[in-house]
Amino acid sequence: MSDITQSGPVLAADGTPLKRSLSRALRMQKLRALMLIAPLLLFILVTFILPVGDMLFRSVENGIVRDTLPRTVEALADWDPASGELPEEAVFAAMAADLQIAAEEKTHTKVAKRLNYENPGVSSVFRKSGRKVSKWDLATDGPFREKLIDIDKGWGDIELWRTIKTYSGQITSGYFLNAVDMQLGAEGPEIRPENERIYNTMLIRTMRMSLIITFSCILLGYPVAWILANLPARKANLLLILVLLPFWTSLLVRTSAWKILLQQQGVINDTLVWIGLVDDANRLVLINNELGTIIAMTHILLPFMILPMYSVMQTINPSYLRAAKSLGATDWTAFWRVYFPQTVPGIGAGSILVFILAVGYYITPALVGGTKGTFISNLIAYHISTSGNWGLGAALGAILLAVVLLLYWVYDKVVGIDNVKLG
Amino acid sequence: MSALPPYATVGQRTWHYTFRVICGLVFFFLIAPIVVIIPLSFNAQDFFTFTPEMLRLDPEGYSLKHYRDFFNNDSWQSAMWNSLKIAPMATIVSVTFGTLAAIGLSQPHVPFRRAIMAILISPMIVPLIISAAGMYFFYSRIGLQGTYIGVVLAHAALGIPFVIITVTATLVGFDRSLTRAAANMGADPVTTFFRVQMPLILPGVISGGLFAFITSFDEVVVVLFVGSAGQKTLPWQMFIGLREQISPTILAVATILVAISIMLLATVEMLRRRSERLRGMSPS
Repeated sequence: MSDITQSGPVLAADGTPLKRSLSRALRMQKLRALMLIAPLLLFILVTFILPVGDMLFRSVENGIVRDTLPRTVEALADWDPASGELPEEAVFAAMAADLQIAAEEKTHTKVAKRLNYENPGVSSVFRKSGRKVSKWDLATDGPFREKLIDIDKGWGDIELWRTIKTYSGQITSGYFLNAVDMQLGAEGPEIRPENERIYNTMLIRTMRMSLIITFSCILLGYPVAWILANLPARKANLLLILVLLPFWTSLLVRTSAWKILLQQQGVINDTLVWIGLVDDANRLVLINNELGTIIAMTHILLPFMILPMYSVMQTINPSYLRAAKSLGATDWTAFWRVYFPQTVPGIGAGSILVFILAVGYYITPALVGGTKGTFISNLIAYHISTSGNWGLGAALGAILLAVVLLLYWVYDKVVGIDNVKLG
Repeated sequence: MSALPPYATVGQRTWHYTFRVICGLVFFFLIAPIVVIIPLSFNAQDFFTFTPEMLRLDPEGYSLKHYRDFFNNDSWQSAMWNSLKIAPMATIVSVTFGTLAAIGLSQPHVPFRRAIMAILISPMIVPLIISAAGMYFFYSRIGLQGTYIGVVLAHAALGIPFVIITVTATLVGFDRSLTRAAANMGADPVTTFFRVQMPLILPGVISGGLFAFITSFDEVVVVLFVGSAGQKTLPWQMFIGLREQISPTILAVATILVAISIMLLATVEMLRRRSERLRGMSPS
């Protein structure tokens, strides 16, 4: 077909086949790009991804029972808690041996603390026995069953042994079950009694308040984005500064501003009393409750809603609206049927962003939320820094992270992370 | 929007002005809390509200008392210095790594580009409390918890998404034939980078740096967990102040921080317009 006589593949200048030469060039290009990215990727991996992974691992990690009470765990393997009988003497002897070593290394209080999360009361049994068992001679002082029960009646409770057996694995689902208000009962996972359920309430509250905040942001942000997109560029730029300034102002500054303004003796209440809307004796309670958190967080997150909506509205051609009206649509129909559908991507992008940020907020709820307006993050912080139940904190964190990552994935599909704009 | 047409009905006119009032109220909501604390910070009394003297604009009602407090109080001063020691270092680290990676990411053929991008942006998305808890556990294992370096590394990680986003956005408009032209005239890649590419993307790099700076300068959750008393930063000190005994000195600090934000915002806006001019777009 071709005029040129070809005796083989097309060659590059150096004599290698062109195809191979091109693919080598492409490979080099890819390699160079990866070499430029590699240092940062490594940096993020060590300073960020590994730490988050470490935290996630703690939510299932449970080596402590097995490490501290190895003989007991082994002896308990044959015991069936469903039988309704206490374990045999061998198990008690193993426990005495384990306790002696643990008391010497002072690890018995740690394992007691761990088991106490699952079965309140275990801690005191272990603490009490640890001291006394260390004085026994393991070879001659048996049988240990009666002796242990003599020290603390707790040893005669099947529940205690069942807890030890249930949590003797290297990994556990206990923290996760705990985080969703369940526990490992005799027949697998079961729901906790009504009065012990707090985490579900907290999760639902976090979701509900984040949704309210997202909606208030849409409601307040939409008109502002519209006016920014439809004013002449010079005026719009001036007004845009009013949106960007809060965005650049320190989070702590904005939170302290709200804390000061919303107080009962604060500026807002003073103004309302001065106008006469509110009686001096019944000043409004605007802070340390859900309302305080919602007001402050709506203010803080509003720029994240306005900016994506604004950038979408900028691209909408105003002649569509004019066309709709010239075809006889009323102002409302033209807006609702023609303009609004085109702004949905902006609303979606802003909403996902605001919701993602709201769900994980810690500082603002901690400062203006009191006890009623705190989020799941505050509970995580409490378990990690105050109560010391790291596993539970990590499990709650893992659930929160799963929610956020799911939304992040949706955001990437819908908007694309490349399209995130900052100001 | 623009002006109302002369044939607008009464209803349309009413709506037009009502709408402007609504927008005005939202702008007021956005800006008022920040503006209000500025006059309050000059209060002569230890109150968090306007005193009658202040409302009468009596000079007696105003003073620089809270500012003097801030500059004479040891814990506020050491907090400020700690912030000024941590934020610039974190910025340098994130800008260096971030710019290199952004250049890599904007090459035409990058394998796994989407996945890499998702990982690099994740520090911005993952809730801070989770990052903070993870860093607390992991940095304790490797001995970085409670050290200056630990806090700098943690803050650098948090600032990286901002550098990546701003620098890749600038690189979108970068004409790649310029680097080829430089190479053609005999410049090696390093010279090409510093003499040709860098000057052109500098505005983006600086804004990314400012974002990274403000991220670290503002950050409190991670430093609470990763830092120790020796790294107590300004936001940390403010957080304690707000939670325990709230003192009016906080108002003075807040005002100073607002002034800093205004300066940073002005710089970023200037750079953005300059970069758009350079790329031949009319600044919007």
